[in-house]
Amino acid sequence: MTMCCFRGFAFTNYESRITNYGFFMSEMIATRDAYGKALVELGRENSRVVALDADLSGSTKTAMFGKEFPERFFNAGIAEANMVGMAAGLAAGGMIPFASTFAVFAAGRAFEQIRQSLAYPKLNVKVVATHGGITVGEDGGSHQSVEDLAIMRALPNMTVLCPADGPETAAAIRAAAAYHGPVYIRLGRSKVPVVFEGGCDFAIGRGATLRDGSDLTFITTGLMTAQALDAAKILEEGNVSARVVHLGSIKPLDVDLVLKAARETGAVVTAEEHSVVGGLGGAVCEVLSEGYPVPVERVGLRDVFGQSGTAEELLAHYGLTAGHLVEAAERVLQKKK
Amino acid sequence: MLNEDAVLDLEATARQLRVEILKMLNSARSGHTGGSLSAIDVMTVLYFHQMRHDPSNPRWEDRDRFVLSKGHAAPALYACLAEAGYFSRDDLKTLRRLGSHLQGHPDMNKTPGVDVCTGSLGQGLSQAVGLAMALRLSGKSSRVYTLLGDGEVQEGQVWEAAMAAAHFKLDNLCAILDMNGLQIDGEVAKVMNVGPLGPKFLGFNWHVLEVDGHDIQAIARALDDAERTEGQPTMIIARTIKGKGVPFFEHKASYHGVPPSDEELSQALEHLGHS
Repeated sequence: MTMCCFRGFAFTNYESRITNYGFFMSEMIATRDAYGKALVELGRENSRVVALDADLSGSTKTAMFGKEFPERFFNAGIAEANMVGMAAGLAAGGMIPFASTFAVFAAGRAFEQIRQSLAYPKLNVKVVATHGGITVGEDGGSHQSVEDLAIMRALPNMTVLCPADGPETAAAIRAAAAYHGPVYIRLGRSKVPVVFEGGCDFAIGRGATLRDGSDLTFITTGLMTAQALDAAKILEEGNVSARVVHLGSIKPLDVDLVLKAARETGAVVTAEEHSVVGGLGGAVCEVLSEGYPVPVERVGLRDVFGQSGTAEELLAHYGLTAGHLVEAAERVLQKKK
Repeated sequence: MLNEDAVLDLEATARQLRVEILKMLNSARSGHTGGSLSAIDVMTVLYFHQMRHDPSNPRWEDRDRFVLSKGHAAPALYACLAEAGYFSRDDLKTLRRLGSHLQGHPDMNKTPGVDVCTGSLGQGLSQAVGLAMALRLSGKSSRVYTLLGDGEVQEGQVWEAAMAAAHFKLDNLCAILDMNGLQIDGEVAKVMNVGPLGPKFLGFNWHVLEVDGHDIQAIARALDDAERTEGQPTMIIARTIKGKGVPFFEHKASYHGVPPSDEELSQALEHLGHS
């Protein structure tokens, strides 16, 4: 490939596609819907699975669990701190609690309860935070968590997951239930394209190479993985070979897979629906700077809060589309030269 | 109702535990004296009369649970646990030392007999509520006891938990409020008046009792009353004296987070008839 050819392609052909989210995919599922279904299945299999919510059960989808297992569902009302504390007590009493609210309230308002009552004692609670990132949409910046991955990742004992799609969410919920310890799982509000069409073999701490490539690697999480797959296809038309590595497990991070990608492709673009500070981009840069430094471009919110808009408008406005990933790829390839 | 001998025995135990608390705090050179001494009579009745527990099997599933929500009174808890036989009394000398299983605040993963991690104020009642839910779901008759401070209830989370405990009708939950009237910065009523506490918990649909928190018989009767109460959690407001048992520590906010010096220790032990 030559940069010239790539640049020519990049600036003539892709822009019409960048607002067409999920261009190459058909089926769309919201991760929160997948969670609701998975939780009900877990509840049927294990009577120790309980669910808590803070007056958002219709939105987080824990209401599905509450409908089938009313005796194992606890609505804390609008009191997130107490919800997390109750979840801690339920876990200390042998239950497997799934506690849900929006990401901004879970990681933000209840942070200290998650720190002291869950992470410090390493209690077996799963905090499943929905409505993460800017695709919350019209509710605006007050409700769009762009910092939760960074906050949760900084906590010792905490496992942090951010699935790409519905099938991976179902698998991640199952893996979290099987793991003994605190887990933070970040889900979204909007429908997102299915990436793992043939099902998902999820394991905590393991990433997935969804597309091979040799010129650069997109290392992505959450809904940005679908965008990266789109971007890789666009780049392919310009003779750029982009690998796509999805990290559904932000912590522990699949260090070997990240280093392998750096060694084999020599350039990395990270992408997340989150601030570029402290989340996936931060985690990948920590690994690369210590283990195998290569040029990196971080795609995410540039240390700003979100605002009202539709999910698609916001992704475009804050530079989180396949088209922006193509641009980032171009920048990182310039640095690689 | 305790007979006279039982009361005398518990009083003697409480006196001995005060000695242990003062010694361990002096040895640690830091820690919370006043609130440990105000709480120890209630905790003595809990550990040596009221609660079902088995020091040889700290994780016994049918045990009653204790949540020290005012986690800075850890010395009082450690004194009880050592006295009960969860670990050696010699361990108390390692309080707050590097590598010790006796952390500055209670740690369920380090200390045998500790049921939850506490220390950040205002979180224990929520955990106690969760434990009570778990025990009820598991069909256990075990009860959950939690001890809060009166400064601690300035934390909003306490009232979220109070609301939930009544909402879920957790009659297997009994909270005790160690109302010594003082917090680090001074009198609770002056720092941030959270009273009157009885009416507040009544208003949150709790069964509320008020006792002298240094009267062994009264404490035991209140705990009995709580156990008989159905459909509601119980709050026992225990009127206590910060630093109780050592006259020169009593009623003093300045001894909230200060251990006894060597000289204060020897004087205190004399007062307690232990020289």
